[in-house]
Amino acid sequence: MKILGMNGDNAVAYAMKQINPDVVAGYPITPQTIAIEKFSEYVADGEVDTEFVAVESEHSAMSACIGASASGGRVMTSTASAGLAFMWEMLYVAASTRLPIVMNVMNRALSAPINIHCDHSDSMGARDSGWIQIYGENVQEGYDNIIQAVKIAESAGLPVMPCFDGFIVSHAVERVEALDDEKVKNFIGIYKSEHPLLDVENPVTYGPFDMYDYYMEHKKQEHEAMKAALKIVKDVGKEYEKISGRSYDTLSEHRLDDAELAVIALGSTAGTAREAVDEMRKKGINAGSLKLRLFRPFPYEDIRNALKNVKAIAVMDRCDSFGAFGGPMFSEIRSALYKTSDAEVVNYIYGLGGRDVTTNHIKKVISDLNNISTTGKVKEYVQYLGVR
Amino acid sequence: MVSLKELSKKEEKLASGHRLCAGCAEPIIVRQILSATDEPVIASNATGCLEVATTIYPYTSWKIPWIHSAFENAASTIAGVEACYQVLKRKGKINREIKFVAFAGDGGTYDIGIQALSGAAERGHDFLYVCFNNEAYMNTGIQRSSATPMGASTTTSPAGSVIPGKKEFPKDLTEIMAAHKIPYVAQGSPGFYNDLIAKAGKAFSIKGPKFMNVIAPCPRGWRHPTDKTIEISKKAVETCFWPLYEVENNEYRLTGISKLIAEGKKEKLPIVEYLKMQGRFKHLFTEKYKHIIPEIQSRIDSDWGILKKKCGY
Repeated sequence: MKILGMNGDNAVAYAMKQINPDVVAGYPITPQTIAIEKFSEYVADGEVDTEFVAVESEHSAMSACIGASASGGRVMTSTASAGLAFMWEMLYVAASTRLPIVMNVMNRALSAPINIHCDHSDSMGARDSGWIQIYGENVQEGYDNIIQAVKIAESAGLPVMPCFDGFIVSHAVERVEALDDEKVKNFIGIYKSEHPLLDVENPVTYGPFDMYDYYMEHKKQEHEAMKAALKIVKDVGKEYEKISGRSYDTLSEHRLDDAELAVIALGSTAGTAREAVDEMRKKGINAGSLKLRLFRPFPYEDIRNALKNVKAIAVMDRCDSFGAFGGPMFSEIRSALYKTSDAEVVNYIYGLGGRDVTTNHIKKVISDLNNISTTGKVKEYVQYLGVR
Repeated sequence: MVSLKELSKKEEKLASGHRLCAGCAEPIIVRQILSATDEPVIASNATGCLEVATTIYPYTSWKIPWIHSAFENAASTIAGVEACYQVLKRKGKINREIKFVAFAGDGGTYDIGIQALSGAAERGHDFLYVCFNNEAYMNTGIQRSSATPMGASTTTSPAGSVIPGKKEFPKDLTEIMAAHKIPYVAQGSPGFYNDLIAKAGKAFSIKGPKFMNVIAPCPRGWRHPTDKTIEISKKAVETCFWPLYEVENNEYRLTGISKLIAEGKKEKLPIVEYLKMQGRFKHLFTEKYKHIIPEIQSRIDSDWGILKKKCGY
């Protein structure tokens, strides 16, 4: 093990170096650029065997990843914001062609107005594309998630999108415990594709025209693969704990055991929420927090279990789903709790375009929950937090 | 030169039984192109008639490895395949020679796919890109593209009572690709199969990005009888509407009939000989729009003069 000081982007590049993928197709976009720059340096210095394709757009980045993955290679890339949006068409193709591509997303707001800072509009917009989505809180998790993602993708036969917060994680230098190269190599093993396009002796047709007589069966298979991925994520997390000492599951709880009030967040805000919970506990308020790590597949049973004793829940969404009843996480958590919990569930849309969220904001959220719990009344189910 | 006898012995890489229309130039061109190499070939295919009609699940006409992922990215998809080949070869996991080809129509090449094509060409991937230029979006029902000739009636540039079909001349994509200074760029026509196969053979033998633009008559879109495809594809060349030429390492060279025309050994036919065979131009033969034909002729003459000069005539 090595202790390194790295920002999130460099940690992604470092993990990619250890993974040594066959092909990386990359394109610069803030706040992801450092990762592909750093990886290009590894290529230039001969530290990886990777064929690095510096494409002319994100659409081509994902297209080249699809071509390379269908060919039988281990394939990676990373992107953010508009780059992910530009790939949107190809995200679906990658997933339904069942290609185990790994792409880190450094979450950033979408235009307009143009903004380079963090929110989750980009990856949440891709939540139905068939990619497994894992959200990391800090640089260490960013590093750990990338390595696990390779194994998850290849076991599930689905692409994986590990995400973390742009700038807050991508550009913040933190202490990282990096595994030895050999450990990473052994953990991910050798990838063997079932039907590589490059096997010219056994020609295969990838991406045929699929009508109403078969299309739905193929979608059902994808549906089942995504369901099966839940256990794979858990198993890979346990296996990773053995080599790293750090445990990973679909979610993690903070003081939820005896809590009546719960705050749910993903990404870096989960840390702020824990701090706020601790401060409120000192004031005698019985709060806890839940950090959701896995968003796709959605671990609804784990969520039900974790929240079974709470009376009021605040779901923190770092993006809006305009016109919907709350943000994407809110809708799914309410749905997961339907008929299994009497808790009131409210939604806070916060941190858009990098708007800072502090412990004070979350302490206010916990106070609101406390009012709801004591009065049984909800003033507003969905509200913006930290807006003027 | 390839002999028909030799060609007849080649293994077919595109099986019959596909569902392309009678008289479609695309499968003819595919077979001509793929017959030009004996090495294994892997193809990417843009969304379009060829993709749709050759791979209706659970059937496929392709006897070679083949991938379709979307409309605008035949070039970047094959770039990924080729990149993977390069790394696996470097690692000693693959030892044989493999050729890479991207197939796309003019919509997927001139319009929506030009960025991916330009990028892949600039990056120097080792692949041949073949554009089937049927001069409109045929798979969606004959809409105009930037390859549609001036005066042609399409479903989004219909000949009406005040507008005579498409008002603009097409962009010259072959020249755009030549401007990339890639090792090989050529124009071909399935009517002159010997010329086309020779060019494909040369392209496959050269390392790096290669581009071939092939005129591909479409009976449905061009409104001509299905047995006239080859004749029309020849007329396109004989009128200098679609000259046969190649640009090898930046050196321009006319080939086949086009060379003979430039050298005065063969007559250059007037464009009307080409236009009159196709229903998409029939309004140009009415009193109201007959002034368009000389405009087209004048543009062809001018373009032909420029090309001849580049080829040293």
